[in-house]
Amino acid sequence: MKYAYYPGCSLRGTGRAYEESLLAVFQALEIDLQELEDWNCCGATTYMSVDELTSYALAARNLALAERDHMNVVAPCAACYLVLNKTQRYMHDYPDIKLVVSRALAAIGLHYDDHVQVRHPLDILLHEVGLKAIAAKVKTPLKGLQVAPYYGCQIVRPYATFDDQRNPTSMDRLLEACGAKIVHYPLKTRCCGGSQKGTLPEIGLELIRHLLTEAQNNGADVIATVCPLCQFNLECFQKEAGNHNHPISMPVLYFTQLMALALGASGEAIGLQRSLIPIEPLLARKEIAYA
Amino acid sequence: MELKRTVKFEADRDPEFARWISHTVGGERIRHCLQCGLCSGSCPLSLYMDYTPRRLMHLSREGFKEEVLSSSSIWLCTACYACMVECPKKINITHLMYALKQRAIEERFYPKRFPIPVMAQQFSRMVRGSGRITESWLIVRVFLRTAIWRLLGMSGLGLRLFRAGRMTLKPEKIERRAEIISMLDSVAATRKELAL
Repeated sequence: MKYAYYPGCSLRGTGRAYEESLLAVFQALEIDLQELEDWNCCGATTYMSVDELTSYALAARNLALAERDHMNVVAPCAACYLVLNKTQRYMHDYPDIKLVVSRALAAIGLHYDDHVQVRHPLDILLHEVGLKAIAAKVKTPLKGLQVAPYYGCQIVRPYATFDDQRNPTSMDRLLEACGAKIVHYPLKTRCCGGSQKGTLPEIGLELIRHLLTEAQNNGADVIATVCPLCQFNLECFQKEAGNHNHPISMPVLYFTQLMALALGASGEAIGLQRSLIPIEPLLARKEIAYA
Repeated sequence: MELKRTVKFEADRDPEFARWISHTVGGERIRHCLQCGLCSGSCPLSLYMDYTPRRLMHLSREGFKEEVLSSSSIWLCTACYACMVECPKKINITHLMYALKQRAIEERFYPKRFPIPVMAQQFSRMVRGSGRITESWLIVRVFLRTAIWRLLGMSGLGLRLFRAGRMTLKPEKIERRAEIISMLDSVAATRKELAL
């Protein structure tokens, strides 16, 4: 298996540990990733509100580059995953959009014939590798670790077909295969507010607070995320989200960090030291002796 | 005493706006809306909105342009797609929210220094220039234009992220930046030619 890896901008910034741990997991499971050559920003949810047509063209450049190299795309960031899939869908459904995008691609010597699949690591790990193969490679089971699986919005909604849109379980099952215990977490697909924490801080903070409190109340030791913005929101504003009577301190890791630990990666290789809320004391308490 | 009429007459509506919303991308099915309210019920932000998504859909398709474009709802939408998954008529509500945001930005229906359109504009400028986003500089650019004092409040967090190697001052760039400009110019030309 070989895929074009589309990191997206966040995995080169605040989400670096996501990239580090994703590469470690894929390497341990022998899936080849080759970074998409000269990829550009997908436009995320933000560009769409200024200029929709341009945002499709931007996203399509990445699809066309992958098609040129005859590869399917792996997009770990939730926004990238959604935008690339949405662009494919809209080019298919709206002839005008297809025309605009095709001309923009032609202007730089590219074209796109809808031959690329854009997939999420959750999908590939669950459906291409499989739970059995993963469980067989676990070296350090995450025994006794209580995980709240947080999917956020844009992975399973609205276009993903690999999991249920209201109650996704792919991450639950992958982490269970690594020995972790999944706690009941009904807010698993509730929005974290995205960039609202920056633009409308009071409201953003309230959404973050609900997600953290719910995980805490349901006995989670750690929250596992699939999106760099979710991870950032849930980890970086805990002090503000908590208060004197109800302080919140809960490590928030990428699901790939937890998986990589179980598969034998060292903490440093997968960016554990980049966390603002360290998970090491918790792992020591649970006697999980990772590499 | 200020006396105000609380009910709108037919003549107060803007039929052009109603036509526009049902012909814009994603708006094809807006006239099928049953007003069932599943969108508002599933929306995590509807409780902060002046018009919930259900009301906003109705106001839009009936041409209440002023109310819709000056509503807080279009800025509160985070594009989480919960409403779209629930909608029994498969109306592309999230996409309509994008369309309304664009229209509100075009017609300047927002308060001065309002961060959301500023962020969107800075984001697109950065993509035009570099092909990629460098999060640290995007945050700085937005706050410089909206709320400088909040930069100070965030400097502690910024420093911790910097130390953890999660923020960098080195801008991310693609190799063939000229391609981005060519694409943007091409989109603009086609849009003009086809009057999209």
